[in-house]
Amino acid sequence: MGKDTLLTDRVFKSVGTRPMRPDGIDKVTGRARYGADHNMSGQLHGSILRSPHAHASIKSIDTSKAEKLKGVKAIVTAKDFKTKGITDPGLLDIIDNCMAGKKVFYDGHAVAAVAAVDAKTAKAALKLIKVEYKLLKHVTDVDEAVKPKAPVINNKCFTKGVDPTPGKASNVAKRSEFGHGNVAEGFEAADVVIERNFKTGQSHQGYIEPHACVASIGPDGAGELWVCTQGHFVFRQQCAEILGLDEAKLKVTSSEIGGGFGGKTHLWVEPVALALSQKANRPVKLVMSREDVFRASGPTSATSIDIKMGVTKDGVITAAEAELRYTSGPYAGSWATLGAMTAFACYDLKNVKTVGLEVLVNRPKTTAYRAPSAPMAAFAVESMIDELADRIGMKAIDMRIQNAAKEGTKSSYGPVYGPIGIGPTLDAAKNHPHMSAPLGPNQGRGMACGFWFNFGGQSCTDLNISSDGTATITVGTIDVGGARASLALVVAEELGIPYEQVKAVIADTGSLGYNEMTDGSRGTFASSMSAIQSCRMAIADMRQRAATLWEIDVDEVVWENGQAWAGGESNSNHPPLSIADLAKSAEKTGGPIAGHAQIVADGAGVSFATHICDIEVDPETGQTRVVRYTVIQDAGKAVHPTYVEGQFQGGAAQGIGWALNEEYIYGEDGRLQNPGFLDYRIPVCSDLPMIDTQILEIPNPNHPYGIRGVGETSIVPPLAAIGNAVSNATQVRMTHVPMSPPRILAAIHAQAASDDSSDD
Amino acid sequence: MSVLVSSTINGDNIEFACEPDETLLDALRDRVGMTGVKEGCGTGDCGACSITLDGALVCSCLVLGAEAEGRSIETVEGMSDGNTLHPLQQKFLEHAALQCGICTPGFLIAAKSLLEKNADPSEEEVRYALAGNLCRCTGYDKIVRAVLDAAKQMRKA
Repeated sequence: MGKDTLLTDRVFKSVGTRPMRPDGIDKVTGRARYGADHNMSGQLHGSILRSPHAHASIKSIDTSKAEKLKGVKAIVTAKDFKTKGITDPGLLDIIDNCMAGKKVFYDGHAVAAVAAVDAKTAKAALKLIKVEYKLLKHVTDVDEAVKPKAPVINNKCFTKGVDPTPGKASNVAKRSEFGHGNVAEGFEAADVVIERNFKTGQSHQGYIEPHACVASIGPDGAGELWVCTQGHFVFRQQCAEILGLDEAKLKVTSSEIGGGFGGKTHLWVEPVALALSQKANRPVKLVMSREDVFRASGPTSATSIDIKMGVTKDGVITAAEAELRYTSGPYAGSWATLGAMTAFACYDLKNVKTVGLEVLVNRPKTTAYRAPSAPMAAFAVESMIDELADRIGMKAIDMRIQNAAKEGTKSSYGPVYGPIGIGPTLDAAKNHPHMSAPLGPNQGRGMACGFWFNFGGQSCTDLNISSDGTATITVGTIDVGGARASLALVVAEELGIPYEQVKAVIADTGSLGYNEMTDGSRGTFASSMSAIQSCRMAIADMRQRAATLWEIDVDEVVWENGQAWAGGESNSNHPPLSIADLAKSAEKTGGPIAGHAQIVADGAGVSFATHICDIEVDPETGQTRVVRYTVIQDAGKAVHPTYVEGQFQGGAAQGIGWALNEEYIYGEDGRLQNPGFLDYRIPVCSDLPMIDTQILEIPNPNHPYGIRGVGETSIVPPLAAIGNAVSNATQVRMTHVPMSPPRILAAIHAQAASDDSSDD
Repeated sequence: MSVLVSSTINGDNIEFACEPDETLLDALRDRVGMTGVKEGCGTGDCGACSITLDGALVCSCLVLGAEAEGRSIETVEGMSDGNTLHPLQQKFLEHAALQCGICTPGFLIAAKSLLEKNADPSEEEVRYALAGNLCRCTGYDKIVRAVLDAAKQMRKA
């Protein structure tokens, strides 16, 4: 859509207000139905057998004893998934990940599945399945995996993006490079150059609802899938192809979703449930246990980042260079690519180069986690900015302001920026009372910036006016955190009717055209753009109907405040017609009033944030406490400010958990040692302070209301903001996330030892 | 062999049959149909399945269904008084204290249990009382505000 609104001058009536969400009552009374809350007549219980080994060949699988157990209705293994004819390597990886083919690649990799009359029988059947493995050497650490002598996980993995393609297989699946200028010259021009290595542990999205679905395929090949997902249209497309079904005959209904954060953009058990249903000719319910969620659904990458930056004594960054190694699990991904693209995106740099390496390891397949790959890169970059500023005796915030990207800056990943919010978030941070508040003993303050692209993509919406003039907006993007309220506000705004008269509904895949996932902060951005177009189509239709009723030219009909007005002096005898009036007479003017739009939502506005935090460190134990936290972020236009704040706070809290505590811990045997919330400890209520927020609104010129995605950027700065705060509190540079008490203590001791030896 | 259990659930006399080793969580969800009680972990770490058993706050995944014999259970389904929401439910909505909402039933039950013992909790007391309930969406800020606000309103009533 064009720049059809003078965004900064627009006065909104509904957008920007804070009404209660339409799905709220169901969620506070227990009525809302999530993935595991649905049942079908005659449904079986599905259960999956998983590998106890990090890396092994499957020599044989004997299911004969399990098949004979009374109550077992179907067993599937990789043999039941036909890969012939499937050419998309990504889809082949999904199939292999859902059900291991020749090898198991990680502790928790699925090898067989059972559908039985109840959970007890299914569990007993799993114990009767005999799998013979030949153990192989494994590697779980990102830096170990790139060494020449590391066990090669996939002997057909020849690094892409290198010319010529290497003749020898390795664990580096892809190399990608971004940047411009000449970094060697840039480092020559610097007064101070610092090089460091930063590492981040592997964290999980940690949504409270485990993956769950109910699958049903009848003998006619028509099927249904009820599932908690961030993208039911994508799930339909992929499941239909995997199962060999007609896409139109598979109806996928998205349940209420108990958190996703990227982790529910991917298939884990759904094709298995469908295959079991197909084989048993009965509906199958399959719910992952929490342990399985940790072991076998996709966490984010573990990373190791080598970074070098140079600065003049006046604070100009002359060159920035990084090699970013990201684990992608046993299959190729584009996680390092995203890290390499986002790393330096906050800054206006003359000379910049990033190289991303996708590294295969014996860990579960990496999946998106809120602004995927950006937080780790920001940890390295924003830590370096603080250290460089310290070395030249400049305040870190001033150095950031001096080097911040602005409109017209060529970004480090290529495109030239339009109007952006990095500068304004930094100015707001500088003026924020938090920046000048006094600190207590053993406390340090840190700040950091973050960037995320935001996505657009395919969206499709229907607007239907009911006979009483109320409106239903039907969308195909699922609502993870209040999107229905936001979309209803946008429709109310566009039609000119009260929010309470709009109902936002999420359609199943049989009721609307294709929609991309709710990912990349695109849900509200893209669906609102499509919803506005749907409204405008309906308004054009209603103006025509009013013109017909008044017997005047349609050009003389004006739409304002939810009513058609007859323009021109000669028409002043016509009282305005409301939507309700027009709906009442719809039968006489052309039938039901509706609007529809199908769009590719181009022009998602990039998003920036600046965070400030105060951390207290106990120097004797390394224990940390988050004393104060402030999030400042550009929302473009905050449709429902309370839910925008919620996104800012939630992202910050996830980042705090990752920065201080969360990490996959693998034993020598390659098995995950902490697959539960007791040992993989996410922040609890008593770990956190209130999280202050400040919403900035720098309109996105590509959206009719100026909206930008807001969901992800808030997780980008926390690792670095906390790293800088801990470093300032302890006077020791933190380079390894999570900064758990033992790790902080070790860093303090190492620094003390090195200070002692240099004193000698 | 199933066991027959007679209990009071949200004030109603309810009988259900369950396996001797079946959790109360599974019995409530699968036998009684109370799917407002959520499973997030099954190991007592997340609090999504919080209920009260004879007034005591418990994770229903750590209690056997058979243990409910003769006892009184309260779940989120029983919180509102007819069409009138409990002040906690109302304040959770007003403060947007839920995003995805999967943890909400557990938080509401845990918060209600807190306010029954302590009508005027400090922010810190709320935070420690709710530390057994995990929320991954909100960062807890709006949950704590909603509970403090509900407590204030209930004290006035």
